Amino acid sequence: MMTCRELVEFLMDYTSGDLPPDEHQSFETHLALCPPCVEFMRTYQETIRMGKCACTDLDSPVPDTVPRRLVEAILAARKGEPSAS
Amino acid sequence: MMAVARRLLRSDEEAEDAVQDAFLSAFRSIDAFRADARLSTWLHRIAANAALMRLRSRSRRNETPIEEFLPNFDESEHFAHQPKQWEKSADDVIEDEELRARVRAAIDRLPDNYRTVLVLRDIEEFSTREAADLLEVSPNAVKIRLHRARLALRQLIDTELREVSA
Repeated sequence: MMTCRELVEFLMDYTSGDLPPDEHQSFETHLALCPPCVEFMRTYQETIRMGKCACTDLDSPVPDTVPRRLVEAILAARKGEPSAS
Repeated sequence: MMAVARRLLRSDEEAEDAVQDAFLSAFRSIDAFRADARLSTWLHRIAANAALMRLRSRSRRNETPIEEFLPNFDESEHFAHQPKQWEKSADDVIEDEELRARVRAAIDRLPDNYRTVLVLRDIEEFSTREAADLLEVSPNAVKIRLHRARLALRQLIDTELREVSA
């Protein structure tokens, strides 16, 4: 029988689908019998989503055309020509 | 580019310097850019690398060891403190500026070795291989650190949520 400590150890492999079939079965058996581990897994997965959401407002969408113009300007500068923009 | 540099360096001023480094690096290595690759992806990676180089060169801050934030177990290998249901979700983080600030502060409390992996994998969505290359460690080290970083962040958020509901 898998312990709570072992379940926590293998949690990332389980949530990413990387556990071998035998261990996957042991994992699910433990979850079926252990509400604290179910709650721990839920909050572990929510942690990943919360981290992402907390940081998303720092992003300002940059259209691909802006860096493309930057590269064109760099290439033009390398050739010793004025850029098109 | 500023966003990834800011998340890794936690300083607007240093992030601006890192982005300047990144543009210089992009200028020098523009020949290495493949026409079939997405330009934004290429620049994103260069910005992350420039920020990590700055992070490596600065003196280490006084960090709390990651072990302080990992779950504890009793002698029978059960949780020493039973995990409780959270009253807040990721949707609340989007809506609530104070909660968002608390989660960001929790990420910033992680030791740099763990915070950088979490930022690169879970927030910037680099692959394990890409994160390993950027950090100059093995993919397995990235996986181990990411799991510990998530466990620690879970504990820190758990503490924050208790404070919010107290």
